[in-house]
Amino acid sequence: MAAGVAAWLPFARAAAIGWMPVANCPMPIAPRDHTKRHDELIILNVSGRRFQTWRTTLDRYPDTLLGSSEKQFFYDEETKEYFFDRDPDSFRSILNFYRTGKLHYPRYECISAYDEELTFFGIIPEIIGDCCYEEYKDRKRENAERLQDDQDDNKDCKLPNMTYRETMWRAFENPHTSTMALVFYYVTGFFIAISVLTNVIETVPCGATPSQKDMPCGERYTVAFFCMDTACVLIFTIEYLMRLFAAPSRYQFMRSVMSIIDVVAIFPYYIGLVMTDNEDVSGAFVTLRVFRVFRIFKFSRHSQGLRILGYTLKSCASELGFLLFSLTMAIIIFATVMFYAEKGSSSTKFTSIPASFWYTIVTMTTLGYGDMVPKTIAGKIFGSICSLSGVLVIALPVPVIVSNFSRIYHQNQRADKRRAQKVQKARLARIRIAQAGSSCTGFLQSKRNDLLNDLLELTGSDDEELLLSKSMSLLESQHHHLLHCLEKTTAHEFMDEQLYEQNCLETTVQSYTSRSPSLSSQDTPIGTCCTRRVKRSSPLPNSSMPLQPSHQHGPLQELSALRIQCGDKLPPTTSRSSLNMKTDEVGLFNCKGGQITTAIISIPTPHSATPDGDGLHGPPQRRPPPPPTGPAAASISTTASSTVFKVSAL
Amino acid sequence: MHARTHTHTHTHTLNQSQTQTLCVAVNMGLVMGTFSMQSNKQDRTYRKDKIDDDFELSIVCHRPEGLDKLEAQTNFSKQELQVLYRGFKNECPSGVVNEDTFKQIYAQFFPHGDASTYAHYLFNAFDSAHSGSIKFEGFIMALSTLLRGSVREKLTWTFNLYDINKDGYINKEEMTDIVRAIYDMMGKYTYPALKTDTPKQHVDAFFQKMDKNRDGVVTLDEFILSCQEDENIMRSLQLFKNVI
Repeated sequence: MAAGVAAWLPFARAAAIGWMPVANCPMPIAPRDHTKRHDELIILNVSGRRFQTWRTTLDRYPDTLLGSSEKQFFYDEETKEYFFDRDPDSFRSILNFYRTGKLHYPRYECISAYDEELTFFGIIPEIIGDCCYEEYKDRKRENAERLQDDQDDNKDCKLPNMTYRETMWRAFENPHTSTMALVFYYVTGFFIAISVLTNVIETVPCGATPSQKDMPCGERYTVAFFCMDTACVLIFTIEYLMRLFAAPSRYQFMRSVMSIIDVVAIFPYYIGLVMTDNEDVSGAFVTLRVFRVFRIFKFSRHSQGLRILGYTLKSCASELGFLLFSLTMAIIIFATVMFYAEKGSSSTKFTSIPASFWYTIVTMTTLGYGDMVPKTIAGKIFGSICSLSGVLVIALPVPVIVSNFSRIYHQNQRADKRRAQKVQKARLARIRIAQAGSSCTGFLQSKRNDLLNDLLELTGSDDEELLLSKSMSLLESQHHHLLHCLEKTTAHEFMDEQLYEQNCLETTVQSYTSRSPSLSSQDTPIGTCCTRRVKRSSPLPNSSMPLQPSHQHGPLQELSALRIQCGDKLPPTTSRSSLNMKTDEVGLFNCKGGQITTAIISIPTPHSATPDGDGLHGPPQRRPPPPPTGPAAASISTTASSTVFKVSAL
Repeated sequence: MHARTHTHTHTHTLNQSQTQTLCVAVNMGLVMGTFSMQSNKQDRTYRKDKIDDDFELSIVCHRPEGLDKLEAQTNFSKQELQVLYRGFKNECPSGVVNEDTFKQIYAQFFPHGDASTYAHYLFNAFDSAHSGSIKFEGFIMALSTLLRGSVREKLTWTFNLYDINKDGYINKEEMTDIVRAIYDMMGKYTYPALKTDTPKQHVDAFFQKMDKNRDGVVTLDEFILSCQEDENIMRSLQLFKNVI
């Protein structure tokens, strides 16, 4: 229950009067506030600065230091105040959390100091409000990474027990880890550069010899260039194979961009080797040589900036797409307009709309080659509009891409924000776990205690209930009482989700056992809810076990799921059975008096099948944890969170 | 003459292509213009509404009457009123509770099921003036009736809660709605599992008990009389005396 609405609990309880005429059962007794105290001011002295607040404000969050009895350790008898030797500035935000229910993270605060304060006062950081949570997480991540970097710099040694393959992979990915890796890195870089250079120089016309006309160097010194090419491709192939060998996941490596570039870079050479002097495909072969230029992309392994550029373009895909789309639209529009405008003039270059595309592109990007110019007045007008709009259309998405690039570049050293999704889920899970006490299951768990309390009450001892209910705060007990009243009104009980599913399962797998005679004869005069509960058991096929003493269940008998049900509060007829009950028995409640129907377990072990007529077995047979020593066919499954005790035999 | 006709045809063709381009341009312009105008207007109206809404919300602020006056009108002591008001103001700094906040607050207490329907009926019962929001005075008056009022007052309040259309009679449909809303608060995971006609059976039992003259509706007098005859109800009405 959110403690922020604790103030409304009296209202909710008062509103419960609306249920009363509808209910058919008597309501449980309300928990009493024995320490009837007026709301008092508490003084919190934090390193000399005094904060004051109401006690109820602090009681809102009973699972923190200030809300629980832990603050008693800091109580100073003489000055009647609570003294904490902590930072008063940080304490401001912590106290505001109690007041407003929202925890804020002040920006000027150091992240580790803030974390320490939170831990001291028992507040989990996950409940920081959404307004400040992003900031908090960012700062925390930065801090963690800074610490991590420091640690990494310190430990430069080789990790022990790394296989040869792992060392190789590490050398490839981080060239500065060892000298060999560095050498390899530079050698490959050198050969990439050589390869690119030869590709370029191949096409330059070398000096003309007297015998031949001017021809490119590539055709003049064919052998030299061929040797150079072979050497480079050899190096690249060896490098690729080594990387493939060292990769931890070969399939993933083969799919990565860099490896594809490697393959594309060396492929044309091998294809060229295979098909030499074949006139038909030599044209295609020449085209393949173009792919040799991809070798330049291999440099991206050597350059961080190139990688970031590629990543930026990938992440700005939407902006680029928008740019492309708007450009296409504008090109088509203006090309159409220019075509029709220039249609009239003679010997015009604007022969068709696609032919006008070239003019539009050149004009919009403000290149203006001048190979196509409009001659008519209308054409000139629209041409000028085209060039003006081109500036705008192109200039708009570019700053976005630029800012993206700079942002990614700065972030490149930091961890991925893609983990934010998982962190969000983990954060919610942590909050849920930390507040497990006040969640739904808290109520179900406390129902056992409540019932124990009730039984104690009915035996006439009002004071003893204090002992058991003191473990819960007053607020919680009142809330649970409210939920209990709801249960009574509707004559149904809350249940755990898992139990509910079990229930559904078991109602379908039943075997009938004979009805106990005492069951049918029971008709308690108390409210209908009680009989209803008893009656509920009857339509269910898994009724209680027969009570006749004559029934002795052999070990081989199959039992269906059984239930022990107890009647509810009844006029106290003190029987020995009730007095025998021990208070520490979890999940067990005795039904008092002979008027109550009890379904009694007869576990199929010979020594325990002795049902009584009116009472109950001694505790050992129904204690949850130790399973019966009988045949393995029986398995007791009990769930402490339900008031219904179930035994299911396989 | 020949030259003139030549020029004449020349100008004629020029006019044709020119009109063509002009048509295209005008079309384009129209289209662009209407687009921009529409979006502009939409933007403006949307922004205006939003700003107006925010402005409206911020100026609603209610202060209750003086403490002495409230103490005279209700059965609470000064301290109790102070505690109640502090809690109220904490949750609703503007001094009024609207229905959504009310439903949210009430739902916090019943995490298992859906408390919104019942909260809606409760809200209508609290908001006797049907203004759409509950002020502190209304809140405190209802609480005073519920916690410190006489039996008759409590039962009258409950009758008003059940009487959804406030016509002075509770008929079966109204009661079924109320009972179903109560059962909704239980949620799905109950023991025993809720059947679809459980509320109906409950309502039938209720009418059996309350409707004395069997005319299908329950009037206030019948209601009070029947409740006074039932021990359980009488006892449970006194249950929340010491809630504050």
